[in-house]
Amino acid sequence: MSKLDSKIPEGTIDQKWSKYRSTVHLVNPANKRSLEVLVVGSGLAGASAAASLAEMGYKVKVFCFQDSPRRAHSIAAQGGINAAKNYQNDGDSTYRLFYDTIKGGDYRAREANVHRLAEVSSSIIDQCVAQGVPLAREYGGLLSNRSFGGTQVQRTFYAAGQTGQQLLLGAYSALQRQVGMGAVELCARHEMLDVVTIDGITRGIIARNLITGEMEKHFGHAVLLCTGGYGNVFYLSTNAMGSNVTAAWKAHKKGAFFANPCYTQIHPTCIPVSGDHQSKLTLMSESLRNDGRIWVPKKKDDTRKATDIPEEERDYYLERRYPAFGNLVPRDVASRAAKERCDAGYGVGNSKMAVYLDFAFNTARYGKTEATKLNIHNPSQEDIMRLGKEVVKEKYGNLFDMYQQITGENPYEVPMRIYPAVHYTMGGLWVDYNLMTTVKGLYALGEANFSDHGANRLGASALMQGLADGYFVIPYTLGVYLSAEVTRMSAEKDNADSIDKLKTNHPAFETALKEQTELINKFLNINGTKSVESFHKRLGLIIWNKCGMARNKEGLTEAISEIQALRKEFWSDVRVLGSADEFNPDLEKAGRVADFIELGELMCKDALHREESCGGHFREEHQTEEGEAKRDDVNFAYVAAWEYKGVSEWELNKEELKYENIKIAQRSYK
Amino acid sequence: MSTGFLKTSVGKKVLMGLTGLFLVSFLVVHVSLNATIFMMDGGQTFNSGADFMAHNPVIRIVEIVLFAGLIIHILQALTLTLANKKARPVAYAKIDGAANSSWYSRSMGILGSLLLLFLVTHLSHFWIDTKIAVFKHQEHNTYLEMKEVFSHWYVVLIYLVGVIALCYHLLHGFQSAFQSLGLNHKKYTPLIKKVGVWFSIIVCLLFAAMPVCMFLNIVQ
Amino acid sequence: MGSGHGTELNLTLKVWRQKNTKASGSFETHQLTGISTDMSFLEMFDVLNEKLIHEGKEAIAFDHDCREGICGMCSMYINGRPHGPKNGVTTCQLHMRSFKNGDTIVVEPWRSAAFPVIKDLAVDRGAFDRIIASGGYVSVNTGNARDANNILIPKDAADEAFGAAACIGCGACVAACKNGSAMLFVSAKVSQLALLPQGQVERKARVLKMVAAMDEEGFGNCTNTGACEAECPKGISLENIARMNRELTSAALTYTK
Repeated sequence: MSKLDSKIPEGTIDQKWSKYRSTVHLVNPANKRSLEVLVVGSGLAGASAAASLAEMGYKVKVFCFQDSPRRAHSIAAQGGINAAKNYQNDGDSTYRLFYDTIKGGDYRAREANVHRLAEVSSSIIDQCVAQGVPLAREYGGLLSNRSFGGTQVQRTFYAAGQTGQQLLLGAYSALQRQVGMGAVELCARHEMLDVVTIDGITRGIIARNLITGEMEKHFGHAVLLCTGGYGNVFYLSTNAMGSNVTAAWKAHKKGAFFANPCYTQIHPTCIPVSGDHQSKLTLMSESLRNDGRIWVPKKKDDTRKATDIPEEERDYYLERRYPAFGNLVPRDVASRAAKERCDAGYGVGNSKMAVYLDFAFNTARYGKTEATKLNIHNPSQEDIMRLGKEVVKEKYGNLFDMYQQITGENPYEVPMRIYPAVHYTMGGLWVDYNLMTTVKGLYALGEANFSDHGANRLGASALMQGLADGYFVIPYTLGVYLSAEVTRMSAEKDNADSIDKLKTNHPAFETALKEQTELINKFLNINGTKSVESFHKRLGLIIWNKCGMARNKEGLTEAISEIQALRKEFWSDVRVLGSADEFNPDLEKAGRVADFIELGELMCKDALHREESCGGHFREEHQTEEGEAKRDDVNFAYVAAWEYKGVSEWELNKEELKYENIKIAQRSYK
Repeated sequence: MSTGFLKTSVGKKVLMGLTGLFLVSFLVVHVSLNATIFMMDGGQTFNSGADFMAHNPVIRIVEIVLFAGLIIHILQALTLTLANKKARPVAYAKIDGAANSSWYSRSMGILGSLLLLFLVTHLSHFWIDTKIAVFKHQEHNTYLEMKEVFSHWYVVLIYLVGVIALCYHLLHGFQSAFQSLGLNHKKYTPLIKKVGVWFSIIVCLLFAAMPVCMFLNIVQ
Repeated sequence: MGSGHGTELNLTLKVWRQKNTKASGSFETHQLTGISTDMSFLEMFDVLNEKLIHEGKEAIAFDHDCREGICGMCSMYINGRPHGPKNGVTTCQLHMRSFKNGDTIVVEPWRSAAFPVIKDLAVDRGAFDRIIASGGYVSVNTGNARDANNILIPKDAADEAFGAAACIGCGACVAACKNGSAMLFVSAKVSQLALLPQGQVERKARVLKMVAAMDEEGFGNCTNTGACEAECPKGISLENIARMNRELTSAALTYTK
């Protein structure tokens, strides 16, 4: 008997959610006022969940490590958000979004969850527009769309190259409205350090006030982890510097299973590494692939400038290999293709670890259209490029500026140099249909859970999932659990030592607080010789080299022992200065890196066990003759949910994936 | 309008802008009257204008309003400056103000104080004498008095400093008043800014011309 | 690795150190050698901090997160200007190629009574959150929205609202203003919602509440120097402040409740 019950409702796929939603238990308004919900993380999932739950009447507390909830890393999402609105009349539908997402995820996601996601996608756009989110418009005043990788319809809504920012500020303003009304208590610059469970049931958290260093106990009837992904395990990623796995990892150690940790997304279009000083990588939005063509020289080690290489000596390798989708193949495919070219010696730039993303062709195309609009007959090449550049600037101005800031090169004149970089993690805490982890009362939303993207996420789907979970899923599914809590509370109401009376005075809170305080002191007392940063860098290098875009048995086995050795070295030789009772960013980082090291080991273990290639997980031993990923649906059509059993010890639990509505097939974008 | 409005930071700005623009309108009258000396009629037009200004009951009421406006402008400026000092209790060690704003926009308080000092001198030169004359029902030849006052080089110098202070105060103040009142529009703001610059320069040149020309005996 | 364009700089860094909010701070001088011009300003700080830790000294605390100019967390006052010598960028987007070999760089925190220093270069900008909480939203509960295309919004209005909404809440406007005024920040939110049909219902109440909240936080008063606009990394325009002045005046004249 599996320990995993996904609680997928009965019924046909298109009725599961609507029927479930209308039949689950509810919590009446009076009872909501006495139920406390702790939301950890304030990105799209956290802010939208906290605002929605507070609107419903729950008592909510929000925690974020940043100085304001508005800084959560959802803010950096550039390209857009998908929704099955079919505003473009190009054949989109809930089913097609559902299908694209399952296929894009390489048939490793749960059907029921993905269908629900596609169903609520439309409401997200409605909700955001009602909040005053300025999504891009056409001249007639209607919403505008663009296309993204892995799809053949235009369903992506956007706000220039700052869609995540605008959506997050929308959710943030909804959250702040509740803060202003006293329905939400905001705890900024607080980091969750542990989940407090009593008899296996979540009762609250331990958090550290990052300014004063004070350790705090917070009681909650439910805890929602909306803490994002763990991409920073690679050290270099497009994640924010503070993005971390600590909350999810501590939950994992308290009994929450960690699912598919090896599914990590390497985004194909990032600015290449410029040197050893590099602290993070910057993404160039996937939307650029709408108008940019990716190429490398046909000749190996070609040292000519990009603009000096004639058309016939350029290899548009994505268009060559995948004529149907061309430059718009999904991210995993595009990334591997770039790596393949660079490894084969066709890379560009001084590092040779980059390919060109070239806008000249489409700039000229736009220029010609503009010239026609302006009634300029026989425009000169100069005019065409000038007019075209104006169009490109309007569409991608901020991204081009950003590129120039970082590289010192002008992308309007020369092609961008890009290379894949870690961007998103599909894996995360295992959750059931209600988004509850394997620990009762503990939920995971957004990137922090594993649920909707399978082995590869399509562009513009992360924003959709974060907001779907927060605005339209958790407000219903949380009631399933809390309605039972109400019953329990009323049964225990005369009980003097019930948790509802004791709250944070319960000894379990004291124990957890003591443990975490000791952990903090341990960091400070090691007094070693190496900085926290240096351990993080070394960890990142191991994982990038051996558990990155391509993996094999030998490398993964090596990686596991290297990480174990690194962990030992960390705990005996790390140097953390300053004290516990003050603002101490280095101490914060120490805790995060310690958790990353443990997670890194599990990632490699998961990648090693999955003897197939699927989505972002590419095992060199499992590829077709053409170098495409080769899935093994007979043996690996399951979610790998790892149960923590102690240092370096995990037990594998499997949730079989059943495809009842989509015929499982080899993914092809040719 | 509730009194609450004037207590808000926006209300205070609006009041500064309104009183400022009101004082600007006074400058127009003042400078027009001054300009009559260039009619070269021995100050006849000028004196009759001055006489009218001194005796007309409407003008005398306006004069009270004008002083009220001036006092409000000054008091408000003082309150704002003090509040602004409090808003940054620890000063920066290094400031590169020129990189983001003009020096005179950042020096309105100093320019205004200079103007106030100048105004005291100016009023003691002319306005008090005129008032005494009006009070005693005596004839008063302001033109001749001017010729006398502006025959001293140091007085002319003080006036020039005052006028330069006024010019820079206006360069920022004119368009700033419109901005404070919310009168900003893509189409018209560039025009307002241009008018502001020309207004400041022309008005101040005219003001400066009077003492200089009298000192150099260009105006007879 | 490396694009190879970079050369190396030797620099003198004068950095503000302050133990906590109550302590009084002072400058500390550091010499740095071999700083690549390809580094970002914050990566230069990473190098310095690694050096300090190696020497057994506490690292310099500073705020930063996304390092791509959008989260608004980084906040250094560099050589007399918020976010340093380049226009239109945040501190994290500033690269060392903007400096010359031998330069002395003075780094201070945002200085404002409303932004108390937490430690070294990190300040508390909670005042901004409280201002938004006072009214910087459209009151629409989840699930109440009608179809998004039922609200027609002219493209130019949407674009203008977006221009105001692009504010990242970094506080450079306050830091740059000689009066420590927060008007650019507040007016950006007021403008965004005043320009859109969705914001009309609460238009008057919103501006009254937000300005009152701003005044309560202890920010200074705007004197239209325009420093905020010039230093804003996202190019938020002064027009927004004029709009807020207009909005507030009209609300104060007509709003009853």
